[in-house]
Amino acid sequence: MKMYIRGTGNISPQKTFGDVPFLEEPVLYNGIRLTCIEPDYKDIIDPKMIRRMSRIIRMGVAAANACLQEAAIPVPDAIITGTAYGCLQDTDLFLTKMVEQKEELLTPTAFIQSTHNTIGAQIGLLLKSHNYNNAFVHRGFSFESALLDGIMLLMENDASNVLVGAIDEITDNSHAILKRFGLYRTAAVSNMDLYSTVSRGTIAGEGATFFLLAKEPSSHDYAQLNGLATFYKPKDHAETEQHIVNFLATHSVHISDIDLVIIGRNGNAKDDAVYDRLTQTIFNTSILANYKNLCGEYPTAAAFALWLAAGIIKNGIVPAVLNVSNTTGKTMKKILIHNHYQDTHHSLLLVSAC
Amino acid sequence: MDKLMSDLKTQIIAQLNMQDVKPEDIGDDQPLFVDGLGLDSIDALELIVLLQQHYKIKLSNAEDGPKVFQSVRTIAEYITAHQNQAA
Amino acid sequence: MSTTVFIVGVGAISAIGDNVAGCLASFKKGKAGIGDMVYLDSAYKNKIPVAEVKHTNEQLAALAGMSPKISRTALLSSIAAKEAMDDAGISNMDALRTGFISANTVGGMDKTENFFSEFLSNPGKGKLRNVVNHECGSVTELVADQLGIKNYVSTISTACSSSANAIFLAARMIRHNMLDVVIAGGADAITKFTLNGFNTLMILDSDYCKPFDENRKGLNLGEGAGYVVLVSEKIAKTLPKKAYCTLSGYCNANDAYHQTASSPDGIGSYLAMDGALKKSGLLPSDIDYINLHGTGTQNNDIAEGTAIKRLFDPHYPKMSSTKTFTGHTLGACGGLEAVFSAMAIHHKIIYPNLRLQTPMKELPFVPETVLGENITVRHALSNSFGFGGNCSSLIFSKL
Repeated sequence: MKMYIRGTGNISPQKTFGDVPFLEEPVLYNGIRLTCIEPDYKDIIDPKMIRRMSRIIRMGVAAANACLQEAAIPVPDAIITGTAYGCLQDTDLFLTKMVEQKEELLTPTAFIQSTHNTIGAQIGLLLKSHNYNNAFVHRGFSFESALLDGIMLLMENDASNVLVGAIDEITDNSHAILKRFGLYRTAAVSNMDLYSTVSRGTIAGEGATFFLLAKEPSSHDYAQLNGLATFYKPKDHAETEQHIVNFLATHSVHISDIDLVIIGRNGNAKDDAVYDRLTQTIFNTSILANYKNLCGEYPTAAAFALWLAAGIIKNGIVPAVLNVSNTTGKTMKKILIHNHYQDTHHSLLLVSAC
Repeated sequence: MDKLMSDLKTQIIAQLNMQDVKPEDIGDDQPLFVDGLGLDSIDALELIVLLQQHYKIKLSNAEDGPKVFQSVRTIAEYITAHQNQAA
Repeated sequence: MSTTVFIVGVGAISAIGDNVAGCLASFKKGKAGIGDMVYLDSAYKNKIPVAEVKHTNEQLAALAGMSPKISRTALLSSIAAKEAMDDAGISNMDALRTGFISANTVGGMDKTENFFSEFLSNPGKGKLRNVVNHECGSVTELVADQLGIKNYVSTISTACSSSANAIFLAARMIRHNMLDVVIAGGADAITKFTLNGFNTLMILDSDYCKPFDENRKGLNLGEGAGYVVLVSEKIAKTLPKKAYCTLSGYCNANDAYHQTASSPDGIGSYLAMDGALKKSGLLPSDIDYINLHGTGTQNNDIAEGTAIKRLFDPHYPKMSSTKTFTGHTLGACGGLEAVFSAMAIHHKIIYPNLRLQTPMKELPFVPETVLGENITVRHALSNSFGFGGNCSSLIFSKL
């Protein structure tokens, strides 16, 4: 399988949006919540449209817009989004008013914007595109499901290019609730110390990350996307390993062919046990990079990893912030991404140089 | 009437989250929908609630919206007529 | 990519029946499921009619074999998905690559609503078990885990076209030889959140809805779940029972007009129907029945009707909105109406469009007002259109 990543657009807790150097100035956080660095939307979104858009919708629309511009594709053949939580701020607002006002005097805006397909719909509306439009909302598989749908459309020849994106936001309320579930650290931590202080809980993250995937190569592609697989609730480490072995075999690559493995360590001892094991088995000789200290943990974080892999291949450098040794002089031709969310949703992505 | 229209402009801007618009930017007789201020059917529903909340006036039929919501002046006139009725 | 996709199992629960047979019996009796609100606790009780599934959560939990404390949407989903799976009667599921692709619009919102009232007064309060399955995907996983399906599990949420898109994706995954069997469809329970949301849009009829009537005043919210079991030709051949029909066409298009309103000419609806016909290689004249989206709002029915006129004029197939029985079940309607379309083909019946008195003056056709029996339906088109301009059409074909 060969698909080409022709453009990306990424709004994240790092400086990743617009014409910026590739992760050269890492943004440090001290706390348990990483927040997206948002651009000035005035030049990006029509002011008449923006007044109804909550933060996540603005981020999604702006990231999609930047991605299409970079790819020089004005209107894609399909728009497919993935979001685990959807438009939380709008949901929260409508729900709060409904409770507080006892179902009286409610207005429609927050409700209609809370729908899970709002971001894809708004992108379609802004582009006046009647093309395929879909939205996946499956927890830690939301982005991967959207990506798979896009890949299938390209294989079916029903599209020559697809816009695929992942969007998730943290709100004060969602953070408070998820914290009560024990997802996050109980004490503030520097994101750069996330892996040296592994304990219970991780740090919350968010992001809006879009890709333009094309069937045919162009002169300005980031990288090729060669494979995608997901697996759900592996019963033990052996099953996880078997899936990785199968994935590599399906794509006729040996682990020694992989120049870099991007893994989803998040600083939570329970989640990272997956990697404590894999780094002793399949990945024991691999060069490894972590990324969740940059974007935080969230169900669609794998999109940040794909953006990172595509950037490493295109720029030919591994950013220093990734703290990866022995890569000097080595060209990054093949990158494997393994991500998992709470050991429930695992995904594998294979990216290579064009 | 002028005071009412001025209040309405501020309330409309707040209700519809029109961040870059100032009350003085809205003309008393400027059309609010489509070519004027660019409002649409969802805004009309927002305005119905605005009238209920601030003026205790209930516009039960959404189809009356276009007539009432033509401009700030027509809204003000509707409010005045219906408030007097109530009193 | 060339394999035919067969529908070999169906499952449904709605206001008119706890299973497919129950729903069909209500269709034959002309008995709608709309009425006063009994199970939902809302300020609009006795003010806005709804089409509720006639059971408490405890009763549904008993039917589903699940805890009554989980979301009603998951309970409905489980009951219909299990019926579909049992109906298909695939004995060696474990040896096959099986998927569960479900749809819903607000996940476990019915429980989140309860949580939120306590949480707002004190962020340390509210039972966490009421929000643990808030996400749309959690509802799907509760059912996938119960059914023991692991190979592929996903959730789609494109408002009212959600479950049509789930079935659409399932067919494509079979055609790609990624999966052998997929249970696909969707579920939604009525929640205060959606009821109040639709109420702010002033599109809820305070009486029983009248789709495609000149004097229609809006929709009635309903709840339920509908699933079909899709298999490849290879698997279909191994089953003891004959398949009901095939899924021969599908298309997803966007109206790109407004976040909630449909364009006056129904361009999205037109493109979805036209695209589904092209995918199946059929002509408009091959369609014998259209299961309309037919919500009963001013806007939907004129947009959908105009699109049908453009595509089918002058030869109109029989058509009806089964939402006159089930109400608008949002994320479930594409799944329920897929089941009804498959059953129209299998049982040779056309469902009536209830309460139609004055046909819309703009349209040259009138939906069926009485039950049609012994009618050969070669191809049935099912429409599902939603907020965000998301329009999807599916075509089911007689074997």
